[in-house]
Amino acid sequence: MELKVNGWDMNFVAQKIASDIPDGSYVNLGIGIPELVANYIPEGREIIFHTENGLLGMGPAPDPDKADPELINAGKKCVTAIAGACFFHHADSFTMIRGGHIDYCVLGAFQVSQEGDLANWSTGEPNSVPAVGGAMDLVAGVKNIFVITTHLTKKGEPKIVKQCTYPLTGKNVVNKIYTNFAVMEIIDKKLFVTEMAPDIDFEFLKSVTDADLYLKT
Amino acid sequence: MINKIYNSPAEAVADIFDGATILISGFGEAGSPIELIHAVIDKGVKNLTIVSNNTGSGHVGLAALIENKQVKKVICSFPKTANSVVFPELYSKGNIELELVPQGTLAERIRCGGAGIPAFYTPTAVGTVLAEGKEKRIFDGKEYLLEQSIKGDFALVKCLKADRYGNLVYNKTARNFGPIMCTAAKTTIVQAKHIVDVGEIDPEVVVTPGIFVQRVVLIPNPMEESVLVAENRRYPWN
Repeated sequence: MELKVNGWDMNFVAQKIASDIPDGSYVNLGIGIPELVANYIPEGREIIFHTENGLLGMGPAPDPDKADPELINAGKKCVTAIAGACFFHHADSFTMIRGGHIDYCVLGAFQVSQEGDLANWSTGEPNSVPAVGGAMDLVAGVKNIFVITTHLTKKGEPKIVKQCTYPLTGKNVVNKIYTNFAVMEIIDKKLFVTEMAPDIDFEFLKSVTDADLYLKT
Repeated sequence: MINKIYNSPAEAVADIFDGATILISGFGEAGSPIELIHAVIDKGVKNLTIVSNNTGSGHVGLAALIENKQVKKVICSFPKTANSVVFPELYSKGNIELELVPQGTLAERIRCGGAGIPAFYTPTAVGTVLAEGKEKRIFDGKEYLLEQSIKGDFALVKCLKADRYGNLVYNKTARNFGPIMCTAAKTTIVQAKHIVDVGEIDPEVVVTPGIFVQRVVLIPNPMEESVLVAENRRYPWN
């Protein structure tokens, strides 16, 4: 399918998410596109970033000459620790996650279902090495799960679907979906559209979404 | 007198046996006890079960132990990283067993192993393929899975500072699985960058109490896995 729309830039989508995270929140960002969110925290808000390998108060990447291979994030990239940061072991880190102490988690997705099921860890291909990391713990325990993703795959297939065909990360776990086309909220297992990009209308959005969409009024 | 200090990695791992379960600290290279792992390679023990978050990268450390055909099974959450080549190849040929465990479940299984708790219920992985075959139970209307604890015959752990009692302090995010693995093995073997006199570590900042540690080896200049991988080094050394 050839698309004649652009929607939002993913940086702008990340900015939208950042503006929806309140002052004082503890936040875990997934690897890749979700990391963009850290660039757009509005001035005056204090947000503490958690990385599940054992750091609360993660700061930006260091200057290359100051990189420390023992100070890394969950993506195994070198990071810094802000003033007031703390280190802890994995059982404590996942106590924060599973125990409901982290307020927001922003994750990428292969697919999200209209009931909030998330598939983001495996495409289920028989020959690939399965690797799950902390994704299933995050969706099981963090209070608010936000997904940031392009609305369509590179091949133009819908990522927002009635039912995920890829292996699930969790069932009924996603609260909000932010794509380059729209912002959607899952309320009582129904998918409500709360905002659309300027060049997107509801009819078009339905045509590129394999799920039942409702307009939030 | 209590003195848990051993003179060399070889001496510290001398009683590791064929078929042992070994917990190995580290998240990627951060906290990976590479010198202790190389000592296990030198020893040549086989049919090991390795519990570690990853499977190593390049051809050194944990990846080299696997490449050397000493490992029959790994229990881990993320068996591939940017530079992991050894495990994916063996796995795709069906030459190594994998038990894939969500990271937080892996941590809690180890923590419980050290805490004398045989099993626990967790919400993680409910409704996914990783829940298959696991006992389920509802608490307060929500479904949970029963997960069993993990114990090791040995743990290999890297830390920053130790004393002869085995009290440990770690370095930044290299702490990761170290403290819980120390608690969950019959014999915990630690490599430390510094060994200090007893009393030098402030009791308020001891991360691993010495009771959980049996052996400490001084490795003042531990190798960096990423540097070795970039130089395309292999262990045993090429």
